[in-house]
Amino acid sequence: MTTDVRTRGGGPATRRSASRRSHGEAPFRFAATGAGILLLVIMAAIAVFLISEAVPALRANKGSFFTDLTWEPNGSQVFGIAALAFGTVLSSAIALVIATPVAMGVALFISHYAPRRMAGPLGYLVDLLAAVPSVVYGLWGVTFLVPLLKKPSEWLNAHFGWFPLFAGEGAIGGKTMLAGGVVLAIMILPIIAAISREVFLQTPRMNEEAALALGATRWEMIRMAVLPFGRPGVVSAAMLGLGRAMGETIAVALIFPATFDISFEILTPHGNSIAANIANGFGEATPIGRGALIASGLVLFVITLLVNMGARMIINRRKEYARSGA
Amino acid sequence: MSKQIQVSGLDAYYGSHKAIEDVSMTIEPRSITAFIGPSGCGKSTFLRTLNRMHEVIPGARVEGKVLLDGEDLYGSTVEPVSVRRSIGMVFQRPNPFPTMSIYENVAAGLRLNGRVSKSESDGIVEDSLKGANLWNEVKDRLNKPGAGLSGGQQQRLCIARAIAVRPQVLLMDEPCSALDPISTLAIEDLMVKLKDEYTIVIVTHNMQQAARVSDRTAFFNLDGQGKPGKVVEMDETSRMFTNPSQKATEDYITGRFG
Amino acid sequence: MTTVQHISAGRRVKDRLAQGLVYLAFALAVVPLVSVLWLVIKNGLARFDVEFLTHSMRNIGARDAGGGAYHAIIGTLEQVLLASLISVPIGLLTAIYLTEYGNGGRLSRAISFFVDVMTGVPSVVTGLFVLAFWILFLGMPFSGLAGALALSILMMPTVVRSAEEMLRLVPNDLREASYALGVAKWRTIVKVVLPTAFTGIVTGVMLAVARVAGETAPLLLTVFFTDSINNDPFSGPQMGLPLYVFDQAGRPNDTAIDRAWTGALTLILIVMLLNLVARLIAWWRSPARGR
Repeated sequence: MTTDVRTRGGGPATRRSASRRSHGEAPFRFAATGAGILLLVIMAAIAVFLISEAVPALRANKGSFFTDLTWEPNGSQVFGIAALAFGTVLSSAIALVIATPVAMGVALFISHYAPRRMAGPLGYLVDLLAAVPSVVYGLWGVTFLVPLLKKPSEWLNAHFGWFPLFAGEGAIGGKTMLAGGVVLAIMILPIIAAISREVFLQTPRMNEEAALALGATRWEMIRMAVLPFGRPGVVSAAMLGLGRAMGETIAVALIFPATFDISFEILTPHGNSIAANIANGFGEATPIGRGALIASGLVLFVITLLVNMGARMIINRRKEYARSGA
Repeated sequence: MSKQIQVSGLDAYYGSHKAIEDVSMTIEPRSITAFIGPSGCGKSTFLRTLNRMHEVIPGARVEGKVLLDGEDLYGSTVEPVSVRRSIGMVFQRPNPFPTMSIYENVAAGLRLNGRVSKSESDGIVEDSLKGANLWNEVKDRLNKPGAGLSGGQQQRLCIARAIAVRPQVLLMDEPCSALDPISTLAIEDLMVKLKDEYTIVIVTHNMQQAARVSDRTAFFNLDGQGKPGKVVEMDETSRMFTNPSQKATEDYITGRFG
Repeated sequence: MTTVQHISAGRRVKDRLAQGLVYLAFALAVVPLVSVLWLVIKNGLARFDVEFLTHSMRNIGARDAGGGAYHAIIGTLEQVLLASLISVPIGLLTAIYLTEYGNGGRLSRAISFFVDVMTGVPSVVTGLFVLAFWILFLGMPFSGLAGALALSILMMPTVVRSAEEMLRLVPNDLREASYALGVAKWRTIVKVVLPTAFTGIVTGVMLAVARVAGETAPLLLTVFFTDSINNDPFSGPQMGLPLYVFDQAGRPNDTAIDRAWTGALTLILIVMLLNLVARLIAWWRSPARGR
């Protein structure tokens, strides 16, 4: 018996004197292990059942699922995910470009600039952004942000219209990719800020002091010691934010005008995403329509899964590195 | 480039706790001054007041005067950043920047002061590594991470990094406490060599080390738990270790406490 | 000439600029929070009345004012309660497995990794999963329970992580003291470890509840819509407060938009209250305060 290895893990149940009283041990251990395995089963089941319910609809599809722009599973039974996937990627990219620098600033503010006493409560304030339900952001976006962005959008279009993203004729502003992207940015900001803040706070004190002792200003110290140390953490935080932006549903379902085309014009009323389309299309979906939505959800699941796994791998590798360094 | 430090009536606090009280001393250029004393007597705190690193800790503050060749380092127009630029520091545990190569570590401080040409920077890195007795060991792997070196090599790398910016004074806070005896010896040799150019101040727990390398020694002590640390006496090292004027010093040196 | 050189103007400007940008970033992050909360309070108070909290939308015409969210509030409370009843035991047992039995083996590392990955599963996907499995594959009806299933999948990883963190904080001395008395491992966990970590676990569960209480997408696909009161989460379509806001916000008339704002206010009050209570419990029991 490997007693010395097991004493901490196996406890006294392995000892003869205690074995009389430990008849509950096996069921308890079984339940705990079973619960853990159940989580793995659920993850697998998500994939399995999304596939099994998507297949009939994909069989009935008269178009090409990966390249068609149209989404008419209820009528002509022609549907493709190209426009939706494009919208998902573009809106998330806008969100990431806006949110990452702001989130890093917020994280540095809490970790290195704010007075110590205030840092905790101020950090909590940013965390509260994550507590606001998605549907409330959607409502806020439609009624407040969309009109607010009208003027700046027109200005951008007038002065920087040569830049493809800001190009477009006719109606400028309104329910646009930009509006959706800004709302998504606000929604993913707390998670990026929270993780970045944690890694910035983990910067070894002795490296910060080394920089200061060389005569570095606070900003130079941050560039010399804090940012290089935190880079992998910030990258994975941004990836987690990206995953969240791609899966975000209700806010963008309210904001996007549900167009089915591929357009880089983020200032004209265009926009849709896989998730938004599921929310908007579910109500009037036929059985084939539901299958088609499930198929699109499967694509979303796979993409977010890959992004999340990548982010987690970076974090885990970093944890091991940090542990071996300590 | 070596300068004299004069300290008068210096108190240092952590919040409301007074860590050292009324320290006055003169530290001579081109010599090694050692601070010895029991744990918690404030010698490291005092060392950190000399380059204004003490105030980096939240709530920490200093009262009193520190003159570097007559200029008060705590004067109202003096910036802590430029003080630290003039007074280099080496820490208890080697702390090279983990993401930087050996070369980048040594050049880290240089780059703060504007553009340095590649050839100029190469020259300074080489000189500094030679000055830190490390050049021969690392010249073939300057682009490898500094964290890959042994503990003793890392500490010499940190010394090279500190002297690369040409400071006037070099502060060392127990630089050998995390090192093996052979690395310790290498650092001690290095200190003796560096004192030709720098004012060196070293905090040490190791009395033999103080006796071996230093020219003058200050003995710090405190009256009891929670009381501030003070300088009991300061003298030529040879006299201090053979014929101390204070009873407490003698007790400490002969190993009766501490 | 002074002994100590001043730092160059360029370095000083850069330092100041960086500081300004960092402060600006923080301000930028707080602006939307303030704006959202302000608008929700301002627009939500108009209809935050007794009728709203006690009536459903039954027999309220498309353009009518009045009506309320009682059915949605009831629905949300029941769905969240059911979701907790499902996810807390599973999450807690998983956390116990990871801290007490896993020993860092391959299975526990796999579970730990996928718990992290699971936090990133989009909420709409869990809704689709319940739709595909529970409703389409098993042929179950749309119901509050189906919504609760979807929400419970979203809650599980949060519960596991917070419970795990709390269990790891329990000092090993306590476990060993119990073993030394000859108490079996599972009884040690139940009688010593869990009670010690209890408040921390409660905090974690409440934060998880707060997170899912505002979820709309999974409900949309699983509980369907109704304008009537349905107190039975096990049969027939139900409503949920987030779903109610989504539904009303999508309608074109001002009376509906007013109801959407009031629904949003009610929802935020519930979520913030849960958050606040959870933090208060955490703060109340934090070791730093005991000293």
